[in-house]
Amino acid sequence: MTAISSASAAFRGQDRGNRLFGPVPDVTGDRGYADDHPARVGFFTDTSVCIGCKACEVACKEWNLLPMDDAEGTVDALGLTGASYDNTGMLGANSWRHVAFVEQSRAVDLPMPTVGPPGAADGQRPLEDPPVVHPQVPASATTAEQSAPSQTASGDREIRWLMSSDVCKHCTHAACLDVCPTGSLFRTEFGTVVVQEDICNGCGYCVPACPYGVIDQRQDDGRVFKCTLCYDRLTDGLQPACASACPTESIQFGDLDALQARADQRLAALQEKGVEGARLYGRDETDGVGGAGAFFLLLDEPEVYGLPPDPVVTTRDLPAMWRSVGAGAAMVLGLIASAFVGRRR
Amino acid sequence: MAEAHPVGFQWVMEAKARGATVIHVDPRFTRTSALADLHVPLRAGSDIAFLGGLINYVLQHEKEFREYVVAYTNAAAILREDFQDTEDLDGLFSGYDPEKGQYDETTWQYEGVEVTAAAGQRQSPKPGASGASVGAESGEDSDAEEHEQGASEQSGSGGPPVGGKPRRDETLQHPRCVFQVLKRHYARYTPEMVHEVCGVEPQLFLKVAEALTSNSGRERTSAFVYSVGWTHHTVGVQYIRAASVLQALLGNMGRPGGGILALRGHASIQGSTDIPTLYNILPGYIPMPSAREDASLDDFVAEAAGSVGYWGNMKKYAVSLLKAWWGEAAQPGNDFCFDYLPRLTGDHSSYQTVAQQIQGTVPGYFLVGENPAVGHANAKMARLGLANLEWLVVRDLQLIESATFWANAPEIETGELATEEIGTEVFFLPAAAHVEKDGSFTNTQRLLQWHSQAVEPPGDCRSDLWFYFHLGRMIREKLAGSTDPRDRPVLDLTWDYPTHGPVDEPSAHGVLREISGTGPDGTAVDGYTALQDDGSTSCGCWIYSGVFADEVNQANRKKPHTEQDLVAAEWGWAWPMNRRILYNRASADPDGKPWSERKKYVYWDEDAGRWSGPDVPDFQATKRPDHVPPEGAEAEDALGGTDPFIMQGDGKAWLFVPAGLADGPMPTHYEPAESPVPNPLYSRQANPSRKELRGAWNRANPAMSDAFPFVVTTYRLTEHHTAGGMSRTLEYLAELQPEFFCEVSPQLAAERGLEHLGWATLVSTRSAIEARVLVTERMRPLRVAGREVHQIGLPYHWGRNGITTGDSANDLLGVVMDPNVHIQESKVATCDIRPGRRPRGPALVDFVEGYRRRAGVETGLLGRNGRAPIEERS
Amino acid sequence: MKTWLDAWPVFRQLTGSDPSGRGEAVRSKRTDTLIPRTATADRVVQSICPYCAVGCSQRVFVEDEQVVQIEGDPDSPISRGRLCPKGAASKSLVTSGTRQTKVKYRRPHGTEWEDLDLDTAMGMIADRVITTRRETWQDEVDGKRVNRTMGIASLGGATLDNEENYLMKKLYTALGAVQVENQARI
Repeated sequence: MTAISSASAAFRGQDRGNRLFGPVPDVTGDRGYADDHPARVGFFTDTSVCIGCKACEVACKEWNLLPMDDAEGTVDALGLTGASYDNTGMLGANSWRHVAFVEQSRAVDLPMPTVGPPGAADGQRPLEDPPVVHPQVPASATTAEQSAPSQTASGDREIRWLMSSDVCKHCTHAACLDVCPTGSLFRTEFGTVVVQEDICNGCGYCVPACPYGVIDQRQDDGRVFKCTLCYDRLTDGLQPACASACPTESIQFGDLDALQARADQRLAALQEKGVEGARLYGRDETDGVGGAGAFFLLLDEPEVYGLPPDPVVTTRDLPAMWRSVGAGAAMVLGLIASAFVGRRR
Repeated sequence: MAEAHPVGFQWVMEAKARGATVIHVDPRFTRTSALADLHVPLRAGSDIAFLGGLINYVLQHEKEFREYVVAYTNAAAILREDFQDTEDLDGLFSGYDPEKGQYDETTWQYEGVEVTAAAGQRQSPKPGASGASVGAESGEDSDAEEHEQGASEQSGSGGPPVGGKPRRDETLQHPRCVFQVLKRHYARYTPEMVHEVCGVEPQLFLKVAEALTSNSGRERTSAFVYSVGWTHHTVGVQYIRAASVLQALLGNMGRPGGGILALRGHASIQGSTDIPTLYNILPGYIPMPSAREDASLDDFVAEAAGSVGYWGNMKKYAVSLLKAWWGEAAQPGNDFCFDYLPRLTGDHSSYQTVAQQIQGTVPGYFLVGENPAVGHANAKMARLGLANLEWLVVRDLQLIESATFWANAPEIETGELATEEIGTEVFFLPAAAHVEKDGSFTNTQRLLQWHSQAVEPPGDCRSDLWFYFHLGRMIREKLAGSTDPRDRPVLDLTWDYPTHGPVDEPSAHGVLREISGTGPDGTAVDGYTALQDDGSTSCGCWIYSGVFADEVNQANRKKPHTEQDLVAAEWGWAWPMNRRILYNRASADPDGKPWSERKKYVYWDEDAGRWSGPDVPDFQATKRPDHVPPEGAEAEDALGGTDPFIMQGDGKAWLFVPAGLADGPMPTHYEPAESPVPNPLYSRQANPSRKELRGAWNRANPAMSDAFPFVVTTYRLTEHHTAGGMSRTLEYLAELQPEFFCEVSPQLAAERGLEHLGWATLVSTRSAIEARVLVTERMRPLRVAGREVHQIGLPYHWGRNGITTGDSANDLLGVVMDPNVHIQESKVATCDIRPGRRPRGPALVDFVEGYRRRAGVETGLLGRNGRAPIEERS
Repeated sequence: MKTWLDAWPVFRQLTGSDPSGRGEAVRSKRTDTLIPRTATADRVVQSICPYCAVGCSQRVFVEDEQVVQIEGDPDSPISRGRLCPKGAASKSLVTSGTRQTKVKYRRPHGTEWEDLDLDTAMGMIADRVITTRRETWQDEVDGKRVNRTMGIASLGGATLDNEENYLMKKLYTALGAVQVENQARI
């Protein structure tokens, strides 16, 4: 009687609205929400303005009442990792935001400063900023307006200290959700992927399914926990705790469409300024997870930040697998049938 | 700034987005450096050489904002003929007394004009036209406890009064005009010298100089932002002075986008100075009276009375304060109870008190939200002080190390103290948190912001307002009926604050109203200009006067910024008079016109006949820019229309300080008290006026000692707060920085065999501590004076209690102080570092004593219960 | 029966618009009734962060006379609703499990903390102030009036409110205590 079978159109990859990979225009409507459901929301984490303060980590833990843990995820434990200023280590059941710190350096030749009339000097920027009259402070200046850090010359070395706040990607094609046998993991009306604590039975199927290694079981509890994008706050029109705390708006929350547009603009601005290595991660809807609800602007290869370079939804090959299974099953059935047939003979 | 003030840093990011160049000058590459355009690593303790280099660059390349400098600074003032510079005297200014280690300021004066130190700065030399030196006066001084007071704080929020207008040369050519004197003083601070002293490559230095000067002037302004580490030097005040000189030369003061912004580290540390719990000042920077000179109220205000600028009204402020404290008892006939004020006889600042505690002469001590057992430089000295009290009251949220020292101080482990021998009686009283009480904090930009009580404090937790009100009430009840005249100041005190709620909490609104002041009819005054010296007005802190204007708690104004302009004048209340940029008359030219449209702020509106703009003018609102004060005018009336710096005795920004500083009229590079290298500029190694305090509990590492070859600097991490009482005790913060560590360069690690994540032992003449090692390229050795200098970074948050524990960085540091404000040099010292953990128990004492012997330093072994005499003070 | 059936995910999955059971159909009762505790708070009180001197504004959410959440106040022209990790940990500061709520007393040479009633402690402290003040009082030093005690000192943190500092300075000064200091000099 179950509706989920290898015969489902979705699992054959033929149902436009119900696929396991590729772009999905309305991931929320696709999951059965009425047409007037809210727009899909997400995070755009612009690591180029992250100051590594970890306010996101604390604001998340305060709101979601998560336990203290060490870099291994051990509850009520402390530990110095030695990985620069990162002592959180990784995302896990007790850490739903994780700020990575990457120290890089290289030798440079310092250019001689140009000395000349005002305006020609190094360090002088054209008078492009508006005169100080007294406009209202923008309610929320976007980082798209903000400039970039890049390499900072430090004496004869160029040092770059990359900081990036990682989080659950709230994938368009979320393998954790697809493999969840209890319906604990579900797609919310905001298009986000959330674990329902009252349903989860701790089977743990979702843990290996996640291509980013985000979702994790709490050791003393067995159930899995991860970022909910503050689902409860969203229902009341609030921002997620991390985004509302972030001092420099490195973490931006909003409608995914708007965030994507802002990210594209930001990337273009950085590239125009010659910022090396700037790229978007999780923005591409044709990538292995159909694009992420939480995506990033990075300044180096994803691996540098501990992110998989080419994540693929682990259920992508499920239809093919089911087809093989189906063929196998048919063959078995055929053999059994032939056996009977043979017996009849 | 990103490290210690992350939310404030959002504005730096916005400025950067609008085209600002962000330069970070710091020994370490920090989270701030990561977002800056340029990081300039320099040797800790060499900032005056760096800033002096910039001053020299400005003067040599004529990059000063000439019109501003001529009109608004004392550049044109002509100095006395007998002034001699450090360039003439190899690191000393004229007037130095080597016996006392102090200066006589007489020769620093303007020619023919008497500039006196502010009222209350009585133990600094009091020069006059006669040239009378302080020597004779000091001869009377036989009190063994006598020390010079903190001088610059004694001058209040402005400079010392000036007795008249100095002779000026507005062409700035006169060889003895301040401008030329300054130019000669800094002539040797070349890019090459900066390289030699600071370890900053000339190309990098020139980049900074270019960026700064090309972004200053009529159309543009630059700001200096420092965290108060700048004050943690034996030349701390002169650090700030050097930035002031530079900013005044560049015309960056009193203008939007300019200034020198002190990022203070505690919620109301500004308020704690304005309404001081400091020994040498009364509310509003009125000095505490001194035993020697302040026999009467008129003596007390004599020097201020008749002088130029707002300090000329000091009697009004002082009388109104005395009325606020002693009410009806304060009458003209009894000098408004001026005799009730206790008198100072010298330096009674914190470290002096600790040294006295170790002698057993200070029986009682209150620690109120402060943890000196971790947070004081030479924290061991602080703990020894605690162990030699009779009684101690600790008020805090958590059981901090200063409350539990008798059980778990490191000295118990080493055997230097024993629990059973410590006679200190300890009362730990739990405190209310910020959400459990009403009150105002004054933030780092002088903004008073009210926080409202949300819940009742749990259990025995009480606000400090509750504690002091009820303690005072109980003492008054116990003393009631006393005929002892000594008890009159207590019994006559106005102490009738209304209380409310289940625990009889006194009204914080009522206290703020008393601070703001009331007029003859008992209603709240609008501001300090309403205060009188006849006893008809009352005001607890004149600079806060007006915070309760119109009977409204102005600090509690919370109009959303989205409904206001950029100045947001209706959010909170800034002293004085809700002015957001100080000295903002300087944002207009001498004629009162904006210097430029881009930098328009406060300007003269001819039609309206007043100063106008988005901010409250920091000037008499209707005083014309061409106003010339009449002969004999006093106080603010003696300021002309082009004198923007209204708290200064002459209305000008001072490039040269003719009176009021203990260690020189111009900033000069001296090496830190503990330095591995000689001073390349002068044979004077360190600040000759620095304050020492020596005993077995506070030894000094000798300069250029082979035993202590490395520079160490201390700092905060974003994830923790100061001595850790409010962060090491919280799970979500403890887990983020879970262990005490030191940061070292790969080169130092290789040289000393230190392993990443291994242990290191750091040693000084005070103690030895252990820390985990982080090897990082963010720390880098510098080439200084022909050799490689290694710097070690130490966050200072750790102690024995809390969720994350570790040795205290402050145990390593000694106490040696700035002579003006008596703040310790905790941002730079020397040490040794070696791999492995430190010795345990009594072996630690022997280990450190061995280092002292090798360095040729006196013994650090202590007597019974940690006692040892004070050997030397200066 | 109808209600039970409606609530059964499998029934909803089969009959509803989410046949694969990965969205609408599998919503739990808890999910449907989830309300953030900011919405159920009895009141919201405006406050200021107690850590550094930037002065970020906070909103304090109170439910059943307990602080249930502290977050940034977007109205502030200084912080615009943002907080650093310490500011974001303010609720923990208030509700910390190791926070002390009872008076503790250590007698001279004692090896353990003892309990003490708050009123008793206040009375004992008042007595000690009076006694020490009398015993260490100085009318004069070197023939000059000083009217003070050098026997009582104080060191305050800089998270004290202005009003608290004011009462401290006022009381100490009236008592003649001059060694009154603050973190501001440290």
